[in-house]
Order: sequence, then C-alpha cells, then structure tokens
Amino acid sequence: MTKSRKYVRLKDAPLLPPPATEAGVTGWLWQNIFASMTDFQSIGACVRSLFMIFFSLLLVYVFVDQTFSLMDFAIFSAVWSDPEGLKREACWTLQQGGALPDGWHGACWPFVWAKQKFAWFGPYPSEELWRVYLSFAIGIFGLIWVLVERMPFRAQVGVLMLTIYPLFAFILLTGGNSGASFTGIGVWIIAGIAVISVGRIGATGYLGAVFSSVSGVFGIVGWGIVALNVFRGVAAVDFNLTPVGTGDWGGLLITLVVALTGIVASLPLGIVLALGRRSKLPVISILCTIFIEFWRGVPLITVLFMASVMLPLFLPAGVNFDNLLRALIGVMLFSAAYMAEVVRGGLQAIDKGQYEGAQAMGLSFWQSMRLIILPQALTHVIPGIVNTFIGLFKDTTLVSIVGIFDLLGAGQSAVADAAWSTPVQAITMYLYIGIIFFIFCFGMSRYSIFMEKKLSKSRRH
Amino acid sequence: MKKLTAAMVAVAGVAFAAAASAATLDDVKAKGHIQCGVSQGLPGFSNADDSGNWTGLDVDMCRAVAAAVFGDSNAVKFTPLSAKQRFTALASGEVDILSRNTTWTMTRDTQLGLNFAGVNYYDGQGMMVPTSLGVTSALELDGANICTNTGTTTELNITDYFRANGMSFNLVAFEKADEVVAAYDAGRCDVYTTDRSGLAAQRGKLTAPDSHMVLSEIISKEPLGPVVRQGDDQWFNIVRWSLNAMINAEEMGVSSANVNNLKFDGSITPAVARLIGKEGNFGEELGLSNDWAYNILMQVGNYAESYEANVTPLGLARGVNALWSDGGILYAAPIR
Repeated sequence: MTKSRKYVRLKDAPLLPPPATEAGVTGWLWQNIFASMTDFQSIGACVRSLFMIFFSLLLVYVFVDQTFSLMDFAIFSAVWSDPEGLKREACWTLQQGGALPDGWHGACWPFVWAKQKFAWFGPYPSEELWRVYLSFAIGIFGLIWVLVERMPFRAQVGVLMLTIYPLFAFILLTGGNSGASFTGIGVWIIAGIAVISVGRIGATGYLGAVFSSVSGVFGIVGWGIVALNVFRGVAAVDFNLTPVGTGDWGGLLITLVVALTGIVASLPLGIVLALGRRSKLPVISILCTIFIEFWRGVPLITVLFMASVMLPLFLPAGVNFDNLLRALIGVMLFSAAYMAEVVRGGLQAIDKGQYEGAQAMGLSFWQSMRLIILPQALTHVIPGIVNTFIGLFKDTTLVSIVGIFDLLGAGQSAVADAAWSTPVQAITMYLYIGIIFFIFCFGMSRYSIFMEKKLSKSRRH
Repeated sequence: MKKLTAAMVAVAGVAFAAAASAATLDDVKAKGHIQCGVSQGLPGFSNADDSGNWTGLDVDMCRAVAAAVFGDSNAVKFTPLSAKQRFTALASGEVDILSRNTTWTMTRDTQLGLNFAGVNYYDGQGMMVPTSLGVTSALELDGANICTNTGTTTELNITDYFRANGMSFNLVAFEKADEVVAAYDAGRCDVYTTDRSGLAAQRGKLTAPDSHMVLSEIISKEPLGPVVRQGDDQWFNIVRWSLNAMINAEEMGVSSANVNNLKFDGSITPAVARLIGKEGNFGEELGLSNDWAYNILMQVGNYAESYEANVTPLGLARGVNALWSDGGILYAAPIR
C-alpha cells in the first residue's frame, strides 16, 4: 500500500545565516557586551542588567568625553603657529590682552616649537649640534640594523654598536681631549693585563683548586680594567673638536644617554650578579647578595642625592667628579641590582636536568652558561627584562632633581620662561613630554612582544 | 632632615673652606672660565632662553665677574642648581660663585662657611588676591585660604605674619610653582603668596591677570645676592666690587652706550676716571687689570641696564631697588 505523500523534500533547505546574536560584529557585541544586560528573567537579573546598562553608558560617556576634551585641547582648539613672533600673546585670550576668545583652552604649540631645541638638547651649543645629530643618526641606523632580522652581519654590527659606538659617541659629544695622562692609562692597562694573566694561570689549577674556580672573576675584572682604560686612552686624544662639557648637555640627549647607559650596562652586570648570587662559593655569593640587597633597599632618588650632594663633600678638595657621570654610575648600579633579580628568576626556572646535562657533556661552567642555561633563562624573562628597561627609562627623569636637565627638567625649566607665560604653558609642555616618553616606552614594549613570540615558538601553549 | 642637611653642609663647608678656597682667582684663571651656580629657571633672574642661553639679573652678576677677571663676559659656565644643592655645590668647589636668588640670612652667613658679597636685588614676600574679593589690606584676610609652595621660607613668613596679627588662615601648599598658580587660578584659595618678583613672573599664567591685585604689604625681607666661599678674601672682594662697580656706574651715568667715549674724554670727573681705570690702580689691588670695571660696563652694562633688560619686562618697577639718590635703598661704597 502506498501512501500518497503530499510533499517530499528532496533537497536540503538552504542554510540560514546565523542569528545576528551569534556572528559578526553584532554577534560579538551581543555576546560580549549586551548579553549581560538583557537578562530580565528574575528580579535579581533585572537589577543586575539595569546596573550593567547604567555603568556601561556612564563609562562610554566618560571615555568619549575625556577623549574629546583631550583632542580638543591638543588639536582642534590648539594654537599651532605664531607667524608674527608674538610669543605669549599668541596664546592669550581677550581678557589677557591677546586675540583668542575668552574661556579658550587649548595647547600653545608655538611655545613647544620655540623650546624644541632646548627640550631635546638643552644648552648644547647650536653650532655644534651636528655632532649630536651625527651620533643620533648612527645610533638609530645601528639599532635598526641590529633589530631587523633580515639584515646581514647582525651580530658583528651589534658588537660594534656596543664597543666602538659608545666611544665614538662619547668623543663626538664631549669633544674628546679629556686631558687624562697617557702614562697613567698605560699603567692601568698593564695592571689589567696582569690581573687577566693571574686569572689564566689560576684557571690551570696551578694556584690551588679554590683559586681555579674563581679565576673567571679575575678574567672579567681584568678585561673590564683594560677596556675602560683603552676607552679613556682614546678619549684623551685631541681630535680638534670644540669641547662641550656635560654641563652643556640637556633634554632628550641626557635622557637617552642615561637610559641607554643604564640599559646597556645593567644587563651584563645583572647577569654576572645573578650568577654570583647563585654561586656555591660563599664569598662571591655573599658579596653579590649584599650588593643587590643594598641597591634594592635604597630609593633611586636617595642614590642620586648621595651621588650629587654628599659625594663631593667626601672627596678631597679640588677633585671634581663630573655631575652626569656620578648620576650615570648611580643609575647603572641601581638598575644592575634589579636586573640581577630578574635574571635570577630566569635561572631558577631552568630545570636541574639542564645543568646536569651540560656538566655530563663536559662543558665548563662558563660554557654551560653561555650555551645551555642563559639562552633559555633569558628567553623566559624577556618581559621582566623589558619591564626593568622601561622602568629605568622613566626613572631617568629623577636626575632632574639633582640639577641635570633631562627631558623633564628641560621642559620644566622652559615652563619658567616668562616670555611664554600663559595659563596653558605648563600643560602643553607636559603633554609634549608625555608623548615623547610614550613613543619610546611603547616602542620598547612592542619590540619585546615581537622578540618573545619569535624566541618562544617551541614552547607556546 | 633639613636641619641635618644644613648641619652636614656646615661641617663640610667649614672643613673645605680652608682647603678649597685659598686662591679661587688662580683656579679660575687656570681653567679659563668661571663656574657660576644659577637657578633651574626663574624668570628675570636666571633663565635659559629659547636657544638655551642664560639670561637674567643673577646671570649678569656672573658675567660681570667674568668680564672683570678675563675681559670676556662669556668666559662663564652655568650650573643649574636646585635649592637643596646650592650650598654644597659652592662649598665643594663645584661652582665659584652662587648667584641664585639666595636670601642673605644670619644662619647662612654664619653657619654654612659662606659669605654674601652684597645684595643685587631687594625682594620681599607679597600677596596676590582677586580684585573681586574686595580686599585692600592684608589685615582683612582673617580666615583666608592661602596658596603657596611647600618647604620654603614663604610658608614660615606667612605663618608668622598671621600669628602676629592674630588672624586665622588655611595653608594650601604645593610642591611646584605651576601647581600653586593653577590652584589659585581655579579659585581653590583666596590668596597667592610668594616673593614679589615671583608674583610678577607668574601673573601671566593666570586666566584673567587684570582681575588680580598685589597687596601693598610686604611681609618679609629677602635681600638676594651673590655668594662665595668663606676664607678667600680676594675672590670675595672681586665679586663684591664687580657688583659695586655696576651700581656706582648707574649713579655716575656711565653705561655700555657711553663708556667707550668716556675713555677718550678728557673732561670726565675724577670719580668716573677711577671707575673706568684712567686714574689709580684699583684693578691691580684686586688682582685684576685696571680696566676691570670698564670691561664690565662695556660688555654687561651698569645695574640699570641689567635690570631693565631682565626684570622690567616682568612688570616690576624699580621700587626699593632704585638708587638711594632716586628714593630707593641701592647704595654702593665708593671706588676711591
């Protein structure tokens, strides 16, 4: 018996698009934002939803309002140029004797343009500025070369940037001809070589087993002395450049010099300190621990104050350390202590098997560190390292309280200029400085994320 | 803390005064320039302009000494110093002169191993109020909110003044001058108090400068002047007489405009002849050349010129800083 069928579906019905609440932009909005505020099933859910709606709208309003205020201040209402050279009157309202309507509130950018040179380079002589530009240009060029992966000879360029470049920039910026005696420098170099030799002899075990295990330290110290004095030697050569003392440096130049010195010096110093703290030799371990805990225990501002205010009182009369150098050393040691703890965190994350494996292969301590442990440990702590770098970059602003004109100090000094005094003078300058700092710190942060992704491909979860 | 620092500076200052000073002039000549401690930015007194050159009344003081010593007012380098750093920097020999709107007080003169070489500006603490407050005298300010900087003598002076007059007040103190001005401008307080030169300099930062007035009361004495290390009389004399030469020149009508002509003028008064080194050997007595004051006047100018170039643009009239002969209190010992 056959039943007559009225309708038989032979083809699948066409696929309907997913409901608007599930896909696309509306879906995303629905799932992530509206879902939590459209639940009216019970009284409790009603109350919750209403709260969510209220606070969401409030936050959106505050965000839009604040963004608009900022944009309005910095862009739409701002005074951009001062073609007639009116200085402060260009940013004055009618009430103050200017031409802008009363109640006007906007950035006074001509003030920043006028102070640009001062904010970037401080009182550095204008006719010598090419030296700053040249060292900046080479620095940026070298940095890009090292950071971009496709470039050839990256390692070699990196070594040049860490050895020759600082010397080159130092001579270019100061003018060299430091007046140090070549004889004295020669004696130091010979002393350094002697220390290295002692370390080498010690490494053979000739001077006893205990000594042989610390001979590496002698090598590091010896090479440090030699490198420092070669640097001093070249810096003492007369290159016939006009001398520009560090007292004439300022602005972004100081910020970069302090930050880069701190960053470049803190990583190797930090690694050495971290290894030292984990050393099985009590003397080294205790010394490193004391060093780290001392520097971590005092605020940077105290370090800078001690360096710039108290230190001159303890030095014999007539011996004057360069003010910037004092601050640099303070920042360097301070950041090295922080870096040491970050690196130690990485070292502790490495499984014991890795250490034992390295030993089983017959690698020496330094070989196993260089080839097995540190590459893994440092990769683990890239976020921590970059965090320290960014913190250090921002901490450089503290040098302005000891009379060194960094970017912030130069900006604050510019704000004191009565020729530009307007109600918005200070805000404009701080906004400008904030933007510069953001660009640098954000750049560092993005590059670290890129590095992390690249180096941890094998371990991504 | 402040006392502790002051005490340490004092001890060190005394210890070093003997060692470091002895012959500042020789040290200065050997290095070829004068190291001058200035502020980190105070309009009219020491301030870096758009291209980073230092200008101001205090800066001119150092330039004058450089002109007297080297015959070149540019043979001077400036070290910006914070208020806390300034005395240490001088005591340790980091700077040769401290010309940083420093108030001459007895403690500083007697305990810090320093000497004030003179007064180049008589300042005093004043008060600014909105005209809408309808106040004409500081004695009507009972119960007022007062904005000022933290940790300065202004805070102590205003407390003294209100206590002495049996009035109550609320102190609203901020770290930075900009914050003080912003708070005052926003109406957080009724009175803004600081040195009168500071009031003038900050006025341009108010939204409506014309609706504020400075009260006539001056509640403190702030004689500002250049400072040198104690124990080097020769250097002290050079700084003191460089300042005196500028003031005397104004009194005699000698300025950068006419000093060159006066040098070849046979009919000048004996006083002018002594000043510009045509008579006597006053420069040599200081350990300098006899045209020391001529160089100051030629390259920096007299006191009035320096004042008009730096302080007048702030809207500050000469007032007590006028010459004694013009009704002020500026009075320099004669060169003879």
